[in-house]
Amino acid sequence: MQEAMIKRAKELLADGTVNRVMGWKKGEFAYDITPAVFDTAEELEQDFVCDDLTQANVSKYLIKESRKEGRILAFLKPCDTYSFNQLIKEHRIIRENVYVIGIPGGPKIDVEKIKAKGITGILSVKNEDYTLKIETIYGTETMPFYEAISGKCESCKSKKHVVYDELMGEEGDVLDSNRFDMVEKLENMTAQERYDFWRGELSKCIRCNACRNVCPACTCESCVFDNPASGISQKAAADSFEENMFHIIRAFHVAGRCTDCGECSRVCPQNIPLHLLNRKFIKDINSLYGEYQAGADTTSRAPLTDYKADDCEPSVVHERGAE
Amino acid sequence: MQVNNDFQPVIVAFCCNWCSYAGADLSGTNRLNYPANVKIIRVPCSCRVNPMFILRAFQKGADGVIICGCHPGDCHYTSGNYYTRRRITLLYSMLDFLGIERNRTRLEWVSAAEGAKFAAVMNSFVDEVKKLGPNRRLEDLRCRKQ
Amino acid sequence: MQRIGVFVCHCGTNIAATVDVKAVAEALSHEPGVVISQDYQYMCSESGQDLVKNAIKEHKLTGVVVCSCSPRMHENTFRKAAASVGLNPYLVEIANIREQCSWIHKDIASATDKAVILGKAAVAKVHLNAPLTAGESPVVKRALVIGGGIAGIQTALDIAEAGFDVDIVEKEPTIGGKMAQIDKTFPTLDCAACILTPKMVEAAQNEHITIHSFSEVSDVKGFVGNFTVTIKKKARYVDETKCTGCGLCTEKCPMKKVPNEFNMGLDNRTAVYIPFAQAVPKVATIDPNYCMMLKNGKCGICSKVCSVGAIDYKQTDRFIEQKYGAIVVATGFNPIKPDKYNEFAYSICPDVVTSLELERLMNAAGPNGGTLLRPSDKTHPHTIVFVQCVGSRCDDEKGKPYCSKICCMYTAKHAMLIREKYPDTEVYVFYIDVRTPGKNFDEFYRRAVEQYGVHYIKGMVGKVMPRSDGKIDVQASDLLSNEQLHINADMVVLATAIEPDKTARPLATMLTTQMDTNDFFTEAHPKLRPVESATAGIILSGACQGPKDIPETVAQASAAAAKAIGLLVKNSITCNPCVAHSDELMCNGCSSCEKVCPYGAITYQDKEFRMPDRTTAVRRVASVNPAVCQGCGACTVACPSGAMDLNGFSNSQIMAEVDAICK
Repeated sequence: MQEAMIKRAKELLADGTVNRVMGWKKGEFAYDITPAVFDTAEELEQDFVCDDLTQANVSKYLIKESRKEGRILAFLKPCDTYSFNQLIKEHRIIRENVYVIGIPGGPKIDVEKIKAKGITGILSVKNEDYTLKIETIYGTETMPFYEAISGKCESCKSKKHVVYDELMGEEGDVLDSNRFDMVEKLENMTAQERYDFWRGELSKCIRCNACRNVCPACTCESCVFDNPASGISQKAAADSFEENMFHIIRAFHVAGRCTDCGECSRVCPQNIPLHLLNRKFIKDINSLYGEYQAGADTTSRAPLTDYKADDCEPSVVHERGAE
Repeated sequence: MQVNNDFQPVIVAFCCNWCSYAGADLSGTNRLNYPANVKIIRVPCSCRVNPMFILRAFQKGADGVIICGCHPGDCHYTSGNYYTRRRITLLYSMLDFLGIERNRTRLEWVSAAEGAKFAAVMNSFVDEVKKLGPNRRLEDLRCRKQ
Repeated sequence: MQRIGVFVCHCGTNIAATVDVKAVAEALSHEPGVVISQDYQYMCSESGQDLVKNAIKEHKLTGVVVCSCSPRMHENTFRKAAASVGLNPYLVEIANIREQCSWIHKDIASATDKAVILGKAAVAKVHLNAPLTAGESPVVKRALVIGGGIAGIQTALDIAEAGFDVDIVEKEPTIGGKMAQIDKTFPTLDCAACILTPKMVEAAQNEHITIHSFSEVSDVKGFVGNFTVTIKKKARYVDETKCTGCGLCTEKCPMKKVPNEFNMGLDNRTAVYIPFAQAVPKVATIDPNYCMMLKNGKCGICSKVCSVGAIDYKQTDRFIEQKYGAIVVATGFNPIKPDKYNEFAYSICPDVVTSLELERLMNAAGPNGGTLLRPSDKTHPHTIVFVQCVGSRCDDEKGKPYCSKICCMYTAKHAMLIREKYPDTEVYVFYIDVRTPGKNFDEFYRRAVEQYGVHYIKGMVGKVMPRSDGKIDVQASDLLSNEQLHINADMVVLATAIEPDKTARPLATMLTTQMDTNDFFTEAHPKLRPVESATAGIILSGACQGPKDIPETVAQASAAAAKAIGLLVKNSITCNPCVAHSDELMCNGCSSCEKVCPYGAITYQDKEFRMPDRTTAVRRVASVNPAVCQGCGACTVACPSGAMDLNGFSNSQIMAEVDAICK
């Protein structure tokens, strides 16, 4: 697939359809696949990467890129197209300035899961018939592919591209995913257990802002947490409450806009399952106000900017299940 | 659960100017008692209440937060309280999800004519919060009263 | 540095009896920025206000906190006092220590503590208050009335009477609306045309009124005082300025089989037509669906016979743009079509008619010249059954949940008129309830029963079956005697529910006004502002707001005119300064705020910004029209970046109050 992508990108550069290409290249380590913009065929030949480790959602980068001179080619996985569509809906991306090629999605590999097996010094990872062949500085290791599948791909919601100019590979369908299982499990705990769970998780937060910076819904020109006039701006998490405030408000600000791309949890250096907060909102929205998938279209009203006269009262929260 | 009679909770009530704040005034005019723990903040509409305000109150040591607005369909601004209802439902659900005691948060529709309801709501809410005791799960310890 | 004055009112003993006011003043004097803290017996009295005024002057105060009764009582009093000595009125805050403190607490210690905290919250807020100036926006001295029925005509006449120009936009070729189709009016039984047509003529002749008939509103921009409306003048293929309404074309037109809408399709008209004799404007209109010339270019007779050359087959829709200060909606109602009610056999039996059809059948200008005859065989009906609440007070999909209000009275009228004119006719009325609130209404209904011998039967009609002998079998239950009845009727009249006109929904979208689930326009307040919509400058007249009879419609029409006049007499409108505003540097242009704004006050524009790296970038940013914004604050919470904030109730002000209360 990578070769085909490079070939097509070079064609589009050559015929003037686009003047840049949004893709990925290797970062500091071979397995650190990082979004990158390529200007020439040579750069593409040299650095363009799209492999089993390529997880990053590039939609957010297209806000700035689509405002530059000319048109940019972007390769979007199915989950990325939801983010892209949502950003079009919010007038953040200028659609005409992006040429979208839909590429097949994962499952992708999370290198952290390989490292967790005690495999270090990784040089390259290859998937050979669902067995990962991992070259390290200490020699070759193997492990089953499915044991290294990225968390965000484990509960994949859709293999369908909601927006594209052309497709490479087969088009898939919206999937029945099990993505709300963990939310449900937490809901069934007692309040004390939930509190302990989240205190345990959120207290790990170091307020590095990686979740915010990677999130394609967190695209504010100026974030409330950086704005001294907002009254809640903070520099670092010095106390338990600030993590609460930060993560609740962040989840609330993206509620109804979050496409559940899973990038927040993927980039969290402390492995906090932040996506569960977003999924809680998504699950509540689906069950209280009707099924809604952010980014599935560009015209519908988002659940928080809409209402029905007979919506449920907040007391549903007090009335349901275990205390 | 043991009720600590010495515990005086801090209760913040956000009231919309047109219905609930007027309802609170009416309960005053009719001399209907409710505990002094309740302190009211006037907002034009319940839809002005940002979740940040609610979290901020808990951070600074509030033990309970209640939002009061016009009854659905009676909003002075026609639709404000419908947005409030969705936002606050989701926020309260999230706080519940994080293990914060459900009874620390409440939303009530109180019209300008419902002075008695206002007092009754505040009495029951203060009771509930008293039963829960001080808010430990959301409080920012640095903001603790000296 | 802020210089804040605190003034604690005793309110006689109202506050002072349960709150230690001296202690409150003392405690607040130590708050940051407070330079003077005083208490006084009656702060709202002349001398109390002087105390505040003098302190403002003497201490050069930058903010004032009055601890007193509810701001709903005296906020304005103290704002005015501050303004009179040069302090911006929006730098005054009230701490409500009476209704929300002294009156509800008995314990002096806790009430005093609470009063201090409420005072501190007000001081914390006033630190962040900004001086606000109410903006002004000019008013275009012209009104638009949408709909030319009795509501629209009355509103236009009243506005014109006050000396303002007013335009009526009517979608039909003539004004007059439903009232023009009605025969007699209850409870006085005077002829509808006799009281309506003079008003139509008056409207046409009034120098301040312009009638755009056969026209529609196609676009509305702007806001209160300054709307720009595009009116589509539909092609009528007749030059209005030339046509004299002589009617020769309608006589000569060979296409004579066009269902006549004015007579509810009970007879026919020609393809070129004038809806009825007293139409205003009395101008012919060509129906392009039937005109042979327009359809296939063959005919042209009307053009040949027209002595003034008014026929113009090449006419196209025209669009005109006009500015207005106020818009009155008077789009009225229509009876629903009862064809979904198979049990009443409306679709299959011509002798089952709706009430409005009966009006035409009985009208002297109607299809039978005023003689009541069965549509099927033109014979005189001897037994007539009226069915009430067809589609009204209905909980299924076919009908409407509300009471249509006018049916009880017009059915009593029909029954009475029939019994008066044809005493040999038996009249049965099946009803659920008879609702006759209104001046002389119940007396009228009782006359129908007692004097005219109309058979009122409480019960439902289950089935209406046309029989082969031309009679109609009506099966019904009498709920009072608990009997099943069969009535051998000659005619059945259905009192169908009324619903808002279909054009109202798209119009509401254009006007950014609210509608209820039944498509009636929602008034700004159901009791206190029943003729205005929540959108400033949009006023409601007649049945577009809810079912109404004629006197109520006229009353509301005049009330709507009064509201419009009240707006138009002003040279400019003072805006509420406590409105939302967007910080363009922080705005993402995501449209979240626009979606929740009930007033359509938020618009977007692409603006060029200097970026930190000295480049420029074009960004989509929100701007709030302060003349339209009512200050609810829904947008401030919808905005994720915090770019949207509300004057007088800003994020930081409310947060400061929260802090002061919780600390």
